[in-house]
Amino acid sequence: MTGSEVPPIDLPDLDVSAIEAIEGVEPVRSVRTPIRLDYRYVPGRAAVTYLEAMAEKRILGQRDPDTGHVFVPPRGVNPASGRVLDEFVELPDRGHVGSFCITNVPIPGRDDLSLPYASCWIFLDGADIGFLGLVAGCDPDEVRLGMRVAAKWKPDDELTASAENIRWWEPTGEPDMPLDEIRGGRGA
Amino acid sequence: MTEGELWAPLTLEYPFTRTTGPVIGAFLTGLREGVLCGIRRPDGSVLVPPVEYDPETAEPLAEMVPVADTGEVVTWTWTSEARDHQPWDRPFAWAMVKLDGADTPLLHAVLVDDPSQMRTGMRVRARWRDEREGHVRDIEGFVPEPPS
Amino acid sequence: MRPVAVVSTAQRQEPELSGLTEVELMAPLIEKARSAVGLTQADIGFTCSGSSDFLAGQAFSFVMTLDAVGPVPPIAESHVEMDGAWALYEAWVKLQIGEIDTALVYSYGKSSPGSIRDVLATQLDPYYVAPLWPDSWALGALQARVLLEGGVVSERRMAEIAARSQSHAAGNANAVRAGTPTVDDLLDTAFVADPLRPHDCAATADGGVAVVLAADDRAGDLSDRPAWIRGIDHRIDAHHFGVRDLVAAPSAALAARHAGLGSDRVDIAELHSPFTTSEHLLTDALGLDEAAVTINPSGGALAGDTLMASGLMRIAEVADRISAGTADRGVAHASSGPWLQQNLVCVMGAD
Repeated sequence: MTGSEVPPIDLPDLDVSAIEAIEGVEPVRSVRTPIRLDYRYVPGRAAVTYLEAMAEKRILGQRDPDTGHVFVPPRGVNPASGRVLDEFVELPDRGHVGSFCITNVPIPGRDDLSLPYASCWIFLDGADIGFLGLVAGCDPDEVRLGMRVAAKWKPDDELTASAENIRWWEPTGEPDMPLDEIRGGRGA
Repeated sequence: MTEGELWAPLTLEYPFTRTTGPVIGAFLTGLREGVLCGIRRPDGSVLVPPVEYDPETAEPLAEMVPVADTGEVVTWTWTSEARDHQPWDRPFAWAMVKLDGADTPLLHAVLVDDPSQMRTGMRVRARWRDEREGHVRDIEGFVPEPPS
Repeated sequence: MRPVAVVSTAQRQEPELSGLTEVELMAPLIEKARSAVGLTQADIGFTCSGSSDFLAGQAFSFVMTLDAVGPVPPIAESHVEMDGAWALYEAWVKLQIGEIDTALVYSYGKSSPGSIRDVLATQLDPYYVAPLWPDSWALGALQARVLLEGGVVSERRMAEIAARSQSHAAGNANAVRAGTPTVDDLLDTAFVADPLRPHDCAATADGGVAVVLAADDRAGDLSDRPAWIRGIDHRIDAHHFGVRDLVAAPSAALAARHAGLGSDRVDIAELHSPFTTSEHLLTDALGLDEAAVTINPSGGALAGDTLMASGLMRIAEVADRISAGTADRGVAHASSGPWLQQNLVCVMGAD
């Protein structure tokens, strides 16, 4: 439908003549109605196990015994089939870049990152899905598909039960993954 | 919640500014100017606060009419501790108040110290804020009106 | 009308389930409901859910919960920002069209991470009402006073409703408020929102429920005793507070009539009553004879109220009793909004 075909809204003219106080004054045209809601967010059973292991610089995923697929971070189910998972597996803190983009947008609270940085889809060795991580410690121009990376952990005395323990991912210098072995965005 | 449970605060904020349209705009303009008004329905009754369309039949409404800033409590309940977002910082009564000249009640607060001062049918008068912007909070609340 | 039945249900409700995500809560329930009738997701024609983003604190939060269903290969699904009873209605309509024979319906709510009474305030008129943040108990109390002072209900009657709910709930593992208080004990408690006492307000809970629907012969294949949906309808009252009739539940009465509730006796009724006063109004609006109908054999929503799931739980409670043979015909009710604004009535029966 083009604009000319939209019928006008046929409202009768508003008659405010009985209300002297609002005649000839600047009408109110908008009103501020802010909403604020506070939550106490609890991560859930699988995520708590994952985050608590993070405090020990360990990365946990969950394995589906039917398909063999390993999911990290774990969500308690195989997100494709809905199968409930309870088997945790420990994964190495290294993998490869499956996809990336060069980002020029600063992250609030991350003054330690210089722009631009690389936002990467990282596949840990042994994992069947990727997750988002930052690659730093090299020129963003060097970031490429198949590049091998490893976690850059916070100092031990700063570790908490948080995924923020991994500051970023750094190139390991190992040979790149062959192109046909890159997981890319194909998923499990 | 469990002792030692891992958790994080999460706050959602929606800083909405809503356009009013002519009818709600007229009501809020009235609040800013210290008058209350409603809108006449086809059966002659007056709906307060006013809306653009009859809430039962969807007929467009157009005739704004003034109502008094005094009226009668139709029903009420006591709040001994105001919740964070509520615009009051002391105990108060929620009430449906039918203003003189209106046929429907509106929801607001009655500002008294104690529930013993509340009763259905009591007369109340709006207490206006000194600084008004065209907002339902321009009325601080209603206060008991001494019998004339 | 194409015969459609509830053939399987699974539910869980607790005072607080903050240690589980919505996915972790729902995956076992969905799996239990499907596998009880030998189905996998590949056998399900349509999947529909009900939940609230404001409760979850996340936009499009229902999408994440699809992890619990298993959406691969791609499934046909939909979602309503309403109690799951309305999701069941959508699935029922889809089954009426005739292109599918089975449907999965689920809903869930976890109000414990936030403040349910504030979340509910955000559903109100955003210009005139919501900026004052009236909480749900206060609104319930405003209606209760009209009913009490108008002689429609008494405080004793309200306490009797609460005592009945709590005593029925003693046999329900998913109830969060059960016991055997006397009416005098209940009346001896302080107001939480004058004239409402604690027992007058439904016990807030976290939980979820999953239901499998099947049509025609498929229902008989999957269940020895399907709970056939004999009639279902939902209606809404006006939004403007000023025009609401606080001493009646007109949309509930109309939904009951269109669902055919009055056409035959019912053995049981499961009512989604946010307050004891709501239950009194609903009993009247649905024309239930309390001498002949067991009201809320599970304890009802007063014994455990999970926002977004309580209505579908009521349907599950009636269906379970019909399938178990402890009832032949029953009615389930779901509601939403202040002062019983929206109401759904589902009449079910055995073969």
